[in-house]
Amino acid sequence: MSIIGTALRASLPVMFGYVPLGMAFGMLFQDLGYPWYFATLMGVLVFAGAAQFMAVGLLAAHAGLLEVAVSTLALNSRHIFFGLSLISRYSCRGVKKLYLIFGLTDETYSLITGTPVPSHCRESDYYLAITALNQSYWVVGCTLGALLGRLIDLDTRGMEFALTALFLVLLIEQWNKLREPFPFLLAAVCGLGALALFKEQMLLVSIALSVLLLILRRPHLERRG
Amino acid sequence: MSGLTYLIMVILVMTAATFLTRATPFLLLRKRADHPLLIFLGRYIPAAIMTILVIYSLGSVQLSEPPHGAPELIAALLTLSAHLLWRQALLSIFAGTAFYMYAVQSGLFM
Repeated sequence: MSIIGTALRASLPVMFGYVPLGMAFGMLFQDLGYPWYFATLMGVLVFAGAAQFMAVGLLAAHAGLLEVAVSTLALNSRHIFFGLSLISRYSCRGVKKLYLIFGLTDETYSLITGTPVPSHCRESDYYLAITALNQSYWVVGCTLGALLGRLIDLDTRGMEFALTALFLVLLIEQWNKLREPFPFLLAAVCGLGALALFKEQMLLVSIALSVLLLILRRPHLERRG
Repeated sequence: MSGLTYLIMVILVMTAATFLTRATPFLLLRKRADHPLLIFLGRYIPAAIMTILVIYSLGSVQLSEPPHGAPELIAALLTLSAHLLWRQALLSIFAGTAFYMYAVQSGLFM
Protein backbone atom coordinates (compact mmCIF):
# COMPACT_ATOMS: atom_id res chain seq x y z
CA MET A 1 0.00 0.00 0.00
CA SER A 2 1.19 3.54 -0.71
CA ILE A 3 2.16 5.91 2.08
CA ILE A 4 -1.07 7.85 1.66
CA GLY A 5 -3.11 4.64 1.70
CA THR A 6 -1.47 3.42 4.91
CA ALA A 7 -1.81 6.83 6.55
CA LEU A 8 -5.43 7.06 5.45
CA ARG A 9 -6.18 3.71 7.04
CA ALA A 10 -4.43 4.64 10.27
CA SER A 11 -6.08 8.06 10.47
CA LEU A 12 -9.62 7.07 9.48
CA PRO A 13 -10.82 7.01 13.13
CA VAL A 14 -9.57 10.58 13.49
CA MET A 15 -11.77 11.53 10.55
CA PHE A 16 -14.80 10.16 12.37
CA GLY A 17 -13.86 12.27 15.37
CA TYR A 18 -12.67 15.45 13.68
CA VAL A 19 -15.43 15.93 11.12
CA PRO A 20 -18.34 16.04 13.60
CA LEU A 21 -16.30 17.96 16.19
CA GLY A 22 -15.14 20.45 13.55
CA MET A 23 -18.75 20.81 12.43
CA ALA A 24 -19.83 21.51 16.00
CA PHE A 25 -17.20 24.25 16.14
CA GLY A 26 -18.29 25.64 12.76
CA MET A 27 -21.92 25.87 13.87
CA LEU A 28 -21.02 27.69 17.09
CA PHE A 29 -18.72 29.98 15.15
CA GLN A 30 -21.42 30.79 12.63
CA ASP A 31 -23.68 32.00 15.45
CA LEU A 32 -21.16 34.80 16.11
CA GLY A 33 -22.14 36.34 12.76
CA TYR A 34 -18.75 36.25 10.99
CA PRO A 35 -18.40 35.00 7.38
CA TRP A 36 -18.12 31.21 7.18
CA TYR A 37 -14.63 31.18 5.67
CA PHE A 38 -13.11 32.46 8.89
CA ALA A 39 -14.02 29.10 10.44
CA THR A 40 -12.00 27.48 7.64
CA LEU A 41 -9.17 29.93 8.28
CA MET A 42 -9.10 28.99 11.97
CA GLY A 43 -8.93 25.31 11.08
CA VAL A 44 -6.03 26.04 8.74
CA LEU A 45 -4.05 28.41 10.99
CA VAL A 46 -4.88 27.51 14.61
CA PHE A 47 -5.64 23.77 14.21
CA ALA A 48 -6.37 23.14 17.88
CA GLY A 49 -9.77 21.73 18.83
CA ALA A 50 -10.17 22.81 22.43
CA ALA A 51 -8.62 26.23 21.77
CA GLN A 52 -11.01 26.91 18.89
CA PHE A 53 -14.02 26.07 21.05
CA MET A 54 -12.61 28.40 23.69
CA ALA A 55 -12.17 31.08 21.00
CA VAL A 56 -15.93 31.12 20.37
CA GLY A 57 -16.46 32.16 23.98
CA LEU A 58 -13.61 34.69 23.92
CA LEU A 59 -14.87 36.26 20.68
CA ALA A 60 -18.42 36.48 22.00
CA ALA A 61 -17.16 38.20 25.15
CA HIS A 62 -14.85 40.44 23.08
CA ALA A 63 -11.91 39.39 25.23
CA GLY A 64 -8.66 41.36 25.05
CA LEU A 65 -5.79 40.00 22.96
CA LEU A 66 -3.61 39.46 26.03
CA GLU A 67 -6.33 37.32 27.57
CA VAL A 68 -6.59 35.37 24.29
CA ALA A 69 -2.83 34.77 24.32
CA VAL A 70 -2.65 33.73 27.97
CA SER A 71 -5.64 31.40 27.83
CA THR A 72 -4.41 29.74 24.62
CA LEU A 73 -0.95 29.20 26.13
CA ALA A 74 -2.47 27.75 29.30
CA LEU A 75 -4.82 25.44 27.38
CA ASN A 76 -2.19 24.15 24.97
CA SER A 77 0.87 24.01 27.22
CA ARG A 78 0.50 20.22 27.51
CA HIS A 79 1.85 20.09 23.96
CA ILE A 80 5.29 20.93 25.36
CA PHE A 81 5.42 17.37 26.70
CA PHE A 82 4.42 15.92 23.34
CA GLY A 83 7.42 17.60 21.76
CA LEU A 84 9.74 16.39 24.52
CA SER A 85 9.15 12.80 23.49
CA LEU A 86 9.33 13.42 19.72
CA ILE A 87 12.64 15.23 19.38
CA SER A 88 14.53 12.26 17.99
CA ARG A 89 11.59 11.02 15.88
CA TYR A 90 11.12 14.36 14.15
CA SER A 91 14.60 14.33 12.70
CA CYS A 92 13.79 15.92 9.32
CA ARG A 93 14.48 19.59 8.62
CA GLY A 94 13.05 22.76 7.17
CA VAL A 95 9.42 23.32 6.17
CA LYS A 96 8.54 19.64 6.65
CA LYS A 97 9.62 19.76 10.26
CA LEU A 98 7.87 23.10 10.85
CA TYR A 99 4.62 21.63 9.57
CA LEU A 100 4.97 18.48 11.69
CA ILE A 101 5.45 20.64 14.78
CA PHE A 102 2.63 23.00 13.78
CA GLY A 103 0.18 20.09 13.35
CA LEU A 104 0.95 18.25 16.58
CA THR A 105 -2.53 17.71 18.04
CA ASP A 106 -3.45 15.07 20.66
CA GLU A 107 -4.66 12.73 17.92
CA THR A 108 -1.69 13.28 15.61
CA TYR A 109 0.65 12.58 18.54
CA SER A 110 -1.25 9.40 19.38
CA LEU A 111 -1.02 8.05 15.84
CA ILE A 112 2.63 8.98 15.42
CA THR A 113 3.71 7.30 18.65
CA GLY A 114 1.27 4.39 18.39
CA THR A 115 1.11 3.17 14.78
CA PRO A 116 3.97 1.48 12.91
CA VAL A 117 5.70 3.31 10.05
CA PRO A 118 5.35 1.22 6.86
CA SER A 119 8.67 -0.51 6.21
CA HIS A 120 9.23 0.80 2.71
CA CYS A 121 8.87 4.51 3.41
CA ARG A 122 10.69 7.25 5.24
CA GLU A 123 9.46 7.97 8.76
CA SER A 124 9.09 11.68 8.11
CA ASP A 125 6.92 11.10 5.02
CA TYR A 126 4.56 8.89 6.99
CA TYR A 127 4.35 11.45 9.82
CA LEU A 128 3.72 14.17 7.27
CA ALA A 129 0.89 12.22 5.63
CA ILE A 130 -0.75 11.54 9.02
CA THR A 131 -0.51 15.20 10.07
CA ALA A 132 -1.82 16.57 6.77
CA LEU A 133 -4.72 14.08 6.60
CA ASN A 134 -5.73 14.88 10.17
CA GLN A 135 -5.68 18.58 9.46
CA SER A 136 -7.71 18.14 6.28
CA TYR A 137 -10.45 16.29 8.25
CA TRP A 138 -10.52 19.11 10.76
CA VAL A 139 -10.64 21.86 8.14
CA VAL A 140 -13.42 20.07 6.24
CA GLY A 141 -15.40 19.72 9.49
CA CYS A 142 -14.98 23.40 10.48
CA THR A 143 -16.00 24.50 6.98
CA LEU A 144 -19.01 22.22 6.67
CA GLY A 145 -20.28 23.28 10.07
CA ALA A 146 -20.00 26.99 9.37
CA LEU A 147 -21.24 26.76 5.79
CA LEU A 148 -24.09 24.32 6.05
CA GLY A 149 -24.62 24.43 9.80
CA ARG A 150 -28.30 24.17 10.30
CA LEU A 151 -29.08 23.11 6.73
CA ILE A 152 -28.01 19.50 6.94
CA ASP A 153 -29.86 17.27 9.29
CA LEU A 154 -27.41 14.46 9.89
CA ASP A 155 -27.48 12.87 13.32
CA THR A 156 -23.83 12.57 14.29
CA ARG A 157 -24.46 12.31 18.04
CA GLY A 158 -22.04 9.86 19.55
CA MET A 159 -19.68 9.77 16.58
CA GLU A 160 -16.99 11.56 18.60
CA PHE A 161 -16.60 8.32 20.57
CA ALA A 162 -14.30 7.34 17.69
CA LEU A 163 -11.58 9.43 19.35
CA THR A 164 -12.07 7.69 22.72
CA ALA A 165 -11.97 4.32 20.94
CA LEU A 166 -8.83 5.39 19.08
CA PHE A 167 -7.12 6.31 22.36
CA LEU A 168 -8.15 2.93 23.85
CA VAL A 169 -6.76 1.01 20.89
CA LEU A 170 -3.51 2.95 20.93
CA LEU A 171 -3.26 2.38 24.68
CA ILE A 172 -3.23 -1.37 23.98
CA GLU A 173 -0.61 -0.82 21.27
CA GLN A 174 1.55 1.15 23.72
CA TRP A 175 1.17 -1.68 26.21
CA ASN A 176 2.25 -4.25 23.61
CA LYS A 177 5.33 -2.16 22.87
CA LEU A 178 6.41 -1.42 26.42
CA ARG A 179 5.04 -4.23 28.63
CA GLU A 180 5.99 -2.41 31.83
CA PRO A 181 3.08 -1.53 34.09
CA PHE A 182 4.74 1.37 35.91
CA PRO A 183 4.17 4.26 33.44
CA PHE A 184 0.55 3.22 32.84
CA LEU A 185 -0.28 2.92 36.54
CA LEU A 186 1.51 6.15 37.36
CA ALA A 187 -0.39 8.02 34.63
CA ALA A 188 -3.70 6.47 35.68
CA VAL A 189 -3.23 7.68 39.27
CA CYS A 190 -2.16 11.15 38.11
CA GLY A 191 -5.01 11.31 35.57
CA LEU A 192 -7.76 10.25 37.97
CA GLY A 193 -6.40 12.49 40.72
CA ALA A 194 -6.20 15.51 38.41
CA LEU A 195 -9.67 14.78 37.05
CA ALA A 196 -11.10 14.90 40.57
CA LEU A 197 -9.11 17.93 41.73
CA PHE A 198 -8.49 20.16 38.70
CA LYS A 199 -11.20 19.44 36.16
CA GLU A 200 -10.30 22.42 33.95
CA GLN A 201 -6.56 21.87 33.77
CA MET A 202 -6.72 18.09 34.05
CA LEU A 203 -4.55 17.34 31.01
CA LEU A 204 -1.77 19.78 31.82
CA VAL A 205 -1.57 18.86 35.53
CA SER A 206 -1.63 15.11 35.03
CA ILE A 207 0.81 15.05 32.08
CA ALA A 208 3.28 17.40 33.78
CA LEU A 209 3.11 15.42 37.03
CA SER A 210 3.55 12.07 35.23
CA VAL A 211 6.60 13.33 33.34
CA LEU A 212 8.14 14.69 36.55
CA LEU A 213 7.55 11.42 38.42
CA LEU A 214 8.88 9.37 35.49
CA ILE A 215 12.08 11.42 35.54
CA LEU A 216 12.42 10.92 39.30
CA ARG A 217 11.94 7.19 38.83
CA ARG A 218 14.36 7.04 35.91
CA PRO A 219 17.35 5.43 37.70
CA HIS A 220 15.12 2.57 38.82
CA LEU A 221 13.40 2.08 35.44
CA GLU A 222 16.66 2.10 33.53
CA ARG A 223 18.35 -0.32 35.90
CA ARG A 224 15.62 -2.83 35.24
CA GLY A 225 15.29 -2.17 31.51
CA MET B 1 -10.80 47.95 16.08
CA SER B 2 -13.52 46.88 13.65
CA GLY B 3 -15.22 43.51 14.01
CA LEU B 4 -13.21 41.76 11.32
CA THR B 5 -9.87 43.28 12.34
CA TYR B 6 -10.52 42.07 15.88
CA LEU B 7 -11.36 38.56 14.64
CA ILE B 8 -8.22 38.43 12.50
CA MET B 9 -6.07 39.63 15.42
CA VAL B 10 -7.58 36.96 17.68
CA ILE B 11 -6.90 34.26 15.07
CA LEU B 12 -3.29 35.40 14.63
CA VAL B 13 -2.65 35.55 18.38
CA MET B 14 -4.10 32.05 18.85
CA THR B 15 -2.08 30.72 15.93
CA ALA B 16 1.15 32.10 17.41
CA ALA B 17 0.37 30.93 20.95
CA THR B 18 -0.57 27.40 19.83
CA PHE B 19 2.50 27.07 17.64
CA LEU B 20 4.70 28.33 20.46
CA THR B 21 3.47 25.59 22.82
CA ARG B 22 4.14 22.94 20.18
CA ALA B 23 7.54 24.29 19.10
CA THR B 24 9.13 25.16 22.48
CA PRO B 25 10.82 21.80 23.16
CA PHE B 26 12.15 21.60 19.61
CA LEU B 27 13.56 25.13 19.85
CA LEU B 28 15.17 24.60 23.24
CA LEU B 29 16.52 21.09 22.75
CA ARG B 30 17.32 20.83 19.05
CA LYS B 31 21.02 20.18 19.71
CA ARG B 32 20.38 17.42 22.23
CA ALA B 33 18.23 14.89 20.37
CA ASP B 34 20.46 12.00 21.49
CA HIS B 35 20.59 12.97 25.17
CA PRO B 36 19.81 9.86 27.26
CA LEU B 37 17.09 11.69 29.22
CA LEU B 38 15.24 12.56 25.98
CA ILE B 39 15.53 8.98 24.75
CA PHE B 40 14.15 7.84 28.11
CA LEU B 41 11.24 10.31 27.81
CA GLY B 42 10.57 9.26 24.22
CA ARG B 43 10.21 5.72 25.49
CA TYR B 44 7.91 6.34 28.47
CA ILE B 45 5.90 9.52 27.84
CA PRO B 46 3.69 8.09 25.05
CA ALA B 47 2.41 5.34 27.37
CA ALA B 48 1.62 7.88 30.08
CA ILE B 49 -0.05 10.33 27.69
CA MET B 50 -2.21 7.65 26.08
CA THR B 51 -3.43 6.55 29.53
CA ILE B 52 -4.26 10.14 30.42
CA LEU B 53 -6.04 10.82 27.11
CA VAL B 54 -8.29 7.81 27.71
CA ILE B 55 -9.17 9.07 31.19
CA TYR B 56 -9.68 12.60 29.89
CA SER B 57 -11.95 11.58 27.04
CA LEU B 58 -14.11 9.53 29.40
CA GLY B 59 -13.85 12.07 32.21
CA SER B 60 -16.98 14.05 31.36
CA VAL B 61 -19.27 11.03 31.73
CA GLN B 62 -21.93 11.65 34.39
CA LEU B 63 -21.85 8.63 36.68
CA SER B 64 -24.43 9.91 39.16
CA GLU B 65 -27.27 10.29 36.66
CA PRO B 66 -28.92 7.59 34.53
CA PRO B 67 -27.64 5.82 32.49
CA HIS B 68 -24.62 6.02 34.85
CA GLY B 69 -22.05 5.78 32.09
CA ALA B 70 -23.38 2.44 30.80
CA PRO B 71 -23.12 3.33 27.06
CA GLU B 72 -19.51 4.51 27.49
CA LEU B 73 -18.54 1.48 29.59
CA ILE B 74 -20.03 -1.04 27.16
CA ALA B 75 -18.65 0.76 24.09
CA ALA B 76 -15.19 0.89 25.70
CA LEU B 77 -15.29 -2.80 26.65
CA LEU B 78 -16.45 -3.67 23.14
CA THR B 79 -13.53 -1.72 21.63
CA LEU B 80 -11.01 -3.28 24.02
CA SER B 81 -12.18 -6.86 23.60
CA ALA B 82 -12.41 -6.57 19.80
CA HIS B 83 -8.88 -5.23 19.78
CA LEU B 84 -7.50 -7.89 22.10
CA LEU B 85 -9.16 -10.59 19.97
CA TRP B 86 -8.40 -9.46 16.43
CA ARG B 87 -6.01 -6.54 16.75
CA GLN B 88 -7.60 -4.77 13.79
CA ALA B 89 -7.63 -1.13 14.88
CA LEU B 90 -10.33 0.02 12.47
CA LEU B 91 -12.65 -2.86 13.31
CA SER B 92 -12.26 -2.29 17.06
CA ILE B 93 -12.92 1.43 16.74
CA PHE B 94 -15.90 0.98 14.44
CA ALA B 95 -17.47 -1.61 16.73
CA GLY B 96 -17.26 0.64 19.79
CA THR B 97 -18.33 3.79 17.96
CA ALA B 98 -21.24 2.17 16.11
CA PHE B 99 -22.57 0.72 19.36
CA TYR B 100 -22.16 4.05 21.15
CA MET B 101 -23.93 6.02 18.41
CA TYR B 102 -26.78 3.54 18.44
CA ALA B 103 -27.04 3.63 22.24
CA VAL B 104 -27.04 7.44 22.39
CA GLN B 105 -29.33 8.05 19.44
CA SER B 106 -31.90 5.38 20.20
CA GLY B 107 -32.02 6.14 23.92
CA LEU B 108 -31.21 2.48 24.63
CA PHE B 109 -30.39 3.12 28.29
CA MET B 110 -32.82 5.92 29.01
